[in-house]
Amino acid sequence: MIRLVSPATLRRLGILGMNGRNITYIGGNNPRRNYQLVDNKLLTKQAAIERSIAVPELYGVIDHQFQIDGMLEQLEGRSAFVIKPVQGSGGKGILVITARDGDRFIKSSGAVISAHDLRRHTSNILAGLHSLGGRNDFAMIEALIDFNPALAEYSYEGVPDIRVIVFRGVPVMAMMRCATHTSDGKANLHQGAVGVGIDIATGRSIAAVQKGSLVTHHPDTGACFKSLHLPDWEIILDLAASCAEMSGLGYLGADIVLDRQRGPMLLELNARPGLAIQVANQEGLVHRLRIAEEIAASAPDHDARIRLAKEHFHVPQGAAIAPP
Amino acid sequence: MIASRTKVGLVAGALILFGLGLTAYKVISLDLPLWPGESREVWTIESKISFKPTDGPVEVELQMPQALGGWVLLEEHFASSGFGFSVLEQPSGKIARWSRQTLEYPTTLYYKIQGYRAHQDDLPDLPVTESAPPLLEPDQDAAMERLVADLRERSSGALTFTSLLIQALTQPEPGQDAEFLLGTYRQTPVQVMLDVLAYAGIPAHTVRGIRLQDGRRRQTLSALLEVHDGEDWQLFDPETGASGLPDDFFIWQRGDGAVLRVMGGRDSRLEFALLSNSLPAKTVVSMEQRSDDFALLNFSIYALPVEQQGIFKGILLLPVAAFVVVLMRILVGIRTSGTFMPILIALAFLQTTLWVGLGIFLTLVSVGLWIRSWLSYLNLLLVARVSAVVIVVILLMAALALVSYKLGVDQALTVTFFPTVILAWTIERMSILWEEEGGREVLMQGGGSLLVAVLAYLVMSISVVEHLTFNFPELLVSLLGVILLVGKYTGYRLSELYRFRNMVNMK
Repeated sequence: MIRLVSPATLRRLGILGMNGRNITYIGGNNPRRNYQLVDNKLLTKQAAIERSIAVPELYGVIDHQFQIDGMLEQLEGRSAFVIKPVQGSGGKGILVITARDGDRFIKSSGAVISAHDLRRHTSNILAGLHSLGGRNDFAMIEALIDFNPALAEYSYEGVPDIRVIVFRGVPVMAMMRCATHTSDGKANLHQGAVGVGIDIATGRSIAAVQKGSLVTHHPDTGACFKSLHLPDWEIILDLAASCAEMSGLGYLGADIVLDRQRGPMLLELNARPGLAIQVANQEGLVHRLRIAEEIAASAPDHDARIRLAKEHFHVPQGAAIAPP
Repeated sequence: MIASRTKVGLVAGALILFGLGLTAYKVISLDLPLWPGESREVWTIESKISFKPTDGPVEVELQMPQALGGWVLLEEHFASSGFGFSVLEQPSGKIARWSRQTLEYPTTLYYKIQGYRAHQDDLPDLPVTESAPPLLEPDQDAAMERLVADLRERSSGALTFTSLLIQALTQPEPGQDAEFLLGTYRQTPVQVMLDVLAYAGIPAHTVRGIRLQDGRRRQTLSALLEVHDGEDWQLFDPETGASGLPDDFFIWQRGDGAVLRVMGGRDSRLEFALLSNSLPAKTVVSMEQRSDDFALLNFSIYALPVEQQGIFKGILLLPVAAFVVVLMRILVGIRTSGTFMPILIALAFLQTTLWVGLGIFLTLVSVGLWIRSWLSYLNLLLVARVSAVVIVVILLMAALALVSYKLGVDQALTVTFFPTVILAWTIERMSILWEEEGGREVLMQGGGSLLVAVLAYLVMSISVVEHLTFNFPELLVSLLGVILLVGKYTGYRLSELYRFRNMVNMK
């Protein structure tokens, strides 16, 4: 028998549904004309650099089919890099190369692919296979994050990233997504990655969830999520809030990674951030979004919004992390 | 935000009320039944006369059908722009005549009738006229004599004679004399039969008419044989030998003589487009009473030409299918591969029937996926690869049709109704999905699409739905209103009640 929750319960818990997100938050707060900046990762990068927001280094852009033949020369001397579609969505089409051996490339999962496979993947990106609406696209090659070793134990074969939902410039909810063996090194929760809810006030973990159930330890590395405390949390919040100002979107998700040398960096922005963050935090978004609305109305200043958010959204640690 | 909600609410409310109001008006004032009750099979027959003009004045005469065998004609309509037009009463029936002084371009004239068979009547009596024996070459005459003598020997009267004659002339290997006659006559077998009957002194003539097939576009006249056995006239089908008036035969002209005469033109052709509608009995009766100016007929789909009516029959069902997709995606939250792909699949199911359709779809997609996995080694550009898949799908369809036809499974021939390009894209998307997210996601989305397609098919094949959309197209305005409302639904999807089920345990 499939167990369902009643809509009344979900409403009481303040869970945001897909329709509510689309109409009330995305439709009402994100003007269409500002999507371009977010959906196009090259534009995001340029805008971020202009505002001196840290981003991974861009190695090159491939915008024509004929450039694919010469792409290996372009990558001469680079052994770790990421190829992604400029207008991709939902993490589709991102190829992570962690090491190379001549013309053989090693993916984050350890699988070895040939230069031929690399070219085919790039060609697919240009044809728009992974892109919104299937239109023609460009491929961008950027530096692989050398991620902070403090977080290494929380991720298996992939870069852990931090998603912060920002509503009208107020950071509302955050989670860290940790790749697992089942998620094939990808940080997508529906593919089996672990989502760790993060306290907005402190950067400490609140709860960890894999495939909808609470977990305490990483299934592959065995690391305990309870002791997770994100470094540079202040900078992360500041960066996320700046992204809201930069993009002109009222409701967005900022994906941030922690680099060993350069600290928090903006990976990409998302105008339609998913709902799984509620499961990772074991809390609904709706109540927080209402409070954020009031904060945004009363505090026009960037720092004041972050301060008020930390005050209002503090969650005492430890309550939810033990399985019931 | 609130303002936009109210606006949508008002617009949607107005649309819903408008559609329902118009429907109520039609039901109450015009007496159109809301539910498909007892119905009549009303046929719309559109005759198309096309010809190329030669020099001089043009005159076209078309013998108009008499309503025989219990048929009732509800409406007649002529299209004759630029032509003088008149209807002549003649002893043999009414004749429509179009005339014009000069004409330069190939032209098409239309004559449309609507009718239904109210009773299964016999044909009225007709005076017997002796037909003159045919003029024949000596060798034909000898063959005819032998054939008639042989048939007389084996028959007991005019009727068995005719049956045996039809059998003798239509069997795959006719006898020597029959074969000789068929070979030397430069006419149809029916003409040979008429001459044999005349030679034997049996009164006979042809009855020309149309074989009624729903949706046929270019039907031509066919003929029956009518033979007098001394007491009554009896009809025979010259192809099968069956006696009596076939149910699907609409009599156009009884007796010999031309149906169409074109003077001042050449290459003239007479073709018929046919469409059958199941109309409520009450409507048919009121159409019969006021067949000249029937308001309902003039302001409904029925006023359109036959071909368009047939197309609209299908098109008017599309919004219902779209509504199913809207409900399944917004209220239930089923993921499908491609937003409206399920509708196209459901339309194909309407033609193929459900189980055959499902079988064909699954076969095509799974074989397509298998071949596509091989294509992915070739490292092709996307557009070329999808085009290659399109061709593969077409070849698969041809192979499926051929193999099943040879095996005697005719149903699989309906494979042609599947939208090729959509299938190719489905295969392409699923194959990418497989590579990126694994087989489970493919099953989820593929299964979701199929489920929605089957539901849309089931809804579209409800006879009430077809009746309502075709007879009350204004209900689609109401449907539009409902869809606008659903588009503003901010509540939870059914799938979310499952997705967030574990959240209840929190804090």
